[in-house]
Amino acid sequence: MKKWSRDGDIVVGRFDRQEAAVVRGLVSQIQDMLLARAEEAPQDELSELTGIRTGPSTAPDDPILGRLLPDFHRLDDDAPDPGDLDSAAALRSLHEPELLDIKTGVAGVVLDTCPPDGGEVRLRPDEAEAWLASLNDVRLALGTALDVNDEMPEELPPDDPRSPHLGVYHWLTWVQETLVEAVMS
Amino acid sequence: MEVRAEDRPWQAVVWNDPVNLMSYVTYVFQKLFGYSRDQATKLMLDVHHKGRAIVSSGTKDKVEVDVKKLHAAGLWATMQRAS
Repeated sequence: MKKWSRDGDIVVGRFDRQEAAVVRGLVSQIQDMLLARAEEAPQDELSELTGIRTGPSTAPDDPILGRLLPDFHRLDDDAPDPGDLDSAAALRSLHEPELLDIKTGVAGVVLDTCPPDGGEVRLRPDEAEAWLASLNDVRLALGTALDVNDEMPEELPPDDPRSPHLGVYHWLTWVQETLVEAVMS
Repeated sequence: MEVRAEDRPWQAVVWNDPVNLMSYVTYVFQKLFGYSRDQATKLMLDVHHKGRAIVSSGTKDKVEVDVKKLHAAGLWATMQRAS
């Protein structure tokens, strides 16, 4: 992969076969997790009649999904404000279906534009925006799984089981960083 | 005179996290709220150094939509009443 470049409004990148497989594999996994969460949404006659969808009112148990779908209020882990807790449940229920649509949608854009065998990727501005959001979701997921923190070294000791995955995380950071540069230039 | 709680505006707060890139956060602030590069950079640096920044304020409905957009972009955002 070379740095992303610009051809007028179009952002151009190139992935080799293995890089494309990594991007597509991780984006698909996130999309599957989000689709599974969407299936947990309560089905009721009222929402079928009105067309207004309601999502779950409680945060996901899974820490990765929890990071992708945070609460709308800052809740104290030990003693959350009861009013905020109720409001956060209502806001989640109201907004989560659309957030899941948006996040599975941007993942879909990456899967539609990243060739499975690698090669050139040409993105219109809206597609580049979708790539940024999707790459960010993948990095949030990996960062949560790897417990990335501000003091994270570039490399972990080779015997650390997270070591190979951290390399992928850092590579995706570079892909996203250079894509932001190309979009903003 | 004390301002009643229901009269205080709502605020969208973005919190620091170790994954989101400084350049991406700046880009999102510009894109979502129309901030200049300088304003967006200042807010991003507040998030980074102070741990949080208020990025928008207004009615509950408006701020709710702002927080939803921030979540769509993958930023850690919450909403609260102005104190």
